Amino acid sequence: MLMANQKMNLGAFLDKVFRNTTLFFAFLVFSIMFGILITLFIASLPALKTFGPAFFTSDSWNPVTVQFGGLVPIYGTLVTSLIAMLIGIPLSFGIAVFITELAPVWLKRPLGIAIELLAGIPSIIYGMWGLFVFAPFAADHIQPWINDNLGNLPLIGVVFQGPAMGIGMLTASFILAIMVIPFTSSVMRDVFEIVPPMLKESAYGLGATTWEVVRNIVLPYTKVGVVGGIMLGLGRALGETMAVTFVIGNAHELSASLLMPGNTISSALANEFTEAVGDIYTSSLITLGMTLFVITFVVLALAKLLLLRLSAREGKQT
Amino acid sequence: MIKFDRKRYLRRRILNATVLSISVLNVAFALVFLFWILWTLFSHGFSYLNLSVFTKMTPPPGNAGGLLNAIAGSLYMVTVATLIGTPVGILAATYLAEFGKNGWLAPTTRFINDILLSAPSIVIGLFIYAIAVHSVGHFSGWAGALALSLIVIPVVVRTTENMLQLVPSSLREAAAALGAPQWKVVVMVVYRAARAGMLTGLLLAVARISGETAPLLFTALNNQFWNSDLNGPMSSLAVVIFQFAMSPYEDWQHLAWAGALLITLFVLGLNILARSLFRRGPTSS
Repeated sequence: MLMANQKMNLGAFLDKVFRNTTLFFAFLVFSIMFGILITLFIASLPALKTFGPAFFTSDSWNPVTVQFGGLVPIYGTLVTSLIAMLIGIPLSFGIAVFITELAPVWLKRPLGIAIELLAGIPSIIYGMWGLFVFAPFAADHIQPWINDNLGNLPLIGVVFQGPAMGIGMLTASFILAIMVIPFTSSVMRDVFEIVPPMLKESAYGLGATTWEVVRNIVLPYTKVGVVGGIMLGLGRALGETMAVTFVIGNAHELSASLLMPGNTISSALANEFTEAVGDIYTSSLITLGMTLFVITFVVLALAKLLLLRLSAREGKQT
Repeated sequence: MIKFDRKRYLRRRILNATVLSISVLNVAFALVFLFWILWTLFSHGFSYLNLSVFTKMTPPPGNAGGLLNAIAGSLYMVTVATLIGTPVGILAATYLAEFGKNGWLAPTTRFINDILLSAPSIVIGLFIYAIAVHSVGHFSGWAGALALSLIVIPVVVRTTENMLQLVPSSLREAAAALGAPQWKVVVMVVYRAARAGMLTGLLLAVARISGETAPLLFTALNNQFWNSDLNGPMSSLAVVIFQFAMSPYEDWQHLAWAGALLITLFVLGLNILARSLFRRGPTSS
C-alpha cells in the first residue's frame, strides 16, 4: 500500500517485470489477428485497385490477359462447405447422441478417442486417400448411381449430372464432411453433457423414450451450443486446404453440376501461389485469402458467441 | 381406448428404435472411414517404409531415394516453431489466467485466440509470406517455422489457460501466505501443479504442426537437397508428400505413401501419448 515509503524490494520488482511480460505476450496474441488482417489488406490493394468490387462478382481467371475475379473459388468454398455440413451435421449429431445417451460407460472413452483421432489425421492424408482410394471408388460405385437416380429429377437434376470422374465438388464435400465430424460432434457432446440430469430423469420418469428426451429436453436446452458447434465445423470446412486441393480438380469454371471439378479459395492458393507471376496475380490470390479469412472470422466469431451465451446461461442456472 | 394407446406406444417405440439405430450406424460409419484411411496407409505405405527412407535424400524422378532431408527439415522447423510458440503461449496464457481477471484485454484475447485456433492455416502461410518472405526476397526455413509457431501459440494458450484455471486458489493463497511474491507463486507452485496438462497441450500442438502442409507451401517452400540452414528454402515431410503424391512418377508416389504412413503414425502416436498423460495429470491434484 505505502509504496512510496517502502523500499522497492527485489520481489516486488520481479513481480512487476513478470506481470508486464505476460501482459506483453497476451497483447501479442491479441494483435496477431489484426496483424493478419492489415497485412493481407495492404497486400491485396493492387488487385482491389485494378479490379474494384467487380473482383468478387467476376468469374474470369486469366493469368495471360491478367484478368482476375474471385467468383469461382468463393462459390466453390461456400458450396463445398455447405454440402459438407449437410452431410456432416446429422452424422455428428448421431455420434454425439450415441456417446452421451446410449453408449455404456466403458465404451464412451475409447469411442471418443477414436472419433477424435479422425481430427488428428493430417489433412494431407485425407487428400491422398481421397485422390487414390475414395475418388476411384466414388467413380465406380457412387457417382453412376447418383447420375442414374438423381440426375433425372426435375429442376435439381442438373446438379447431379456429369461424368463419373471421381474427383470434383461432391467428393471434396464428402471428405470435408468426414473431417468436420470430430469437431462438430465433440462440441455437441460437450453441450449435451451439461444438461442437468434431473431434467432428463424427470422426462424418463414420465415415460419418455430416449429419442423423446433428446428431442424435447436435450436439444431445446442446448440448441445454442449445437448451432455453435455447427458453426465451428463450418469454420473448419471453409479453411480446409490440402484435402480439398487433392480432389477438387482445380478448374476455374463455374458449373452447376456437383460432379464437375471446381476450385476453392484455399486450393487455388495451394496450387497457384508459388507459380503466380506478376504483382496483380499474386495480389489477386492474396485478396482471395483475405476474403477467406474474413468469412471464417465471421463464422467462427458467431460460433464462439453462441457457445459463450450457452455457458453464461449454464452459469446462472446451476 | 387401451388399444389406441398401445398403437401410439408402439409407434413411439418404433420411432425411438429407428433413431437410435441410425445413431449407432453413424458411429459405425465414422469408424469405417477411420479404419479405411488407416488401412489404406498401411497397405500402400508399409512395404515402402524401409531403411533407405531414413538414410537417403529425396530422389529425382525415376531414381531410388529416401526422405532424409524432408524428415530433417520437418524436425528443424517443428522444433524451432515449438521453441518460439511455447514460451509465448505459456506467458500469454499466464496473463489470461492469473492477471487478467479485470479489464478488457483478457476476455478479448481469449476470444481472438479461440478464433486463431480454427483459422485457416493457409491464410497464416499467406501472412508470413507477406511479412517474412516477400520483404526478404526469398523463401526460408525461418518463415516456415514462424508460420508453424503461429499455429502452436493458440493451442498452447488455450490448453495452458484451461490447466491454470484448474489449479485450486488455495494453493496460490498458501504460497502467498508464506510470503512468496506472485511471480514465484505462479512459476514454482501454479506451473508445477498444472505441469502435466501443459505438457499435454504442448504435445497436441506439436502433433498439430507436424502434419501441417498449407502454411509451409509458400514460406519454407521445398528443397530437393540437404539443407540445415534455416535461411534457405527447406523441405518438409508434408510438402514433399504433397509434391510426390501429385506427381505422375510411381517411385515418387511410393515414397509419398511411406512418408504419409510415417507422419500419421507420429501424429497419432503423439495424440495418444498426450491423452494418456492428461489422464494422470491435473485431475488427480
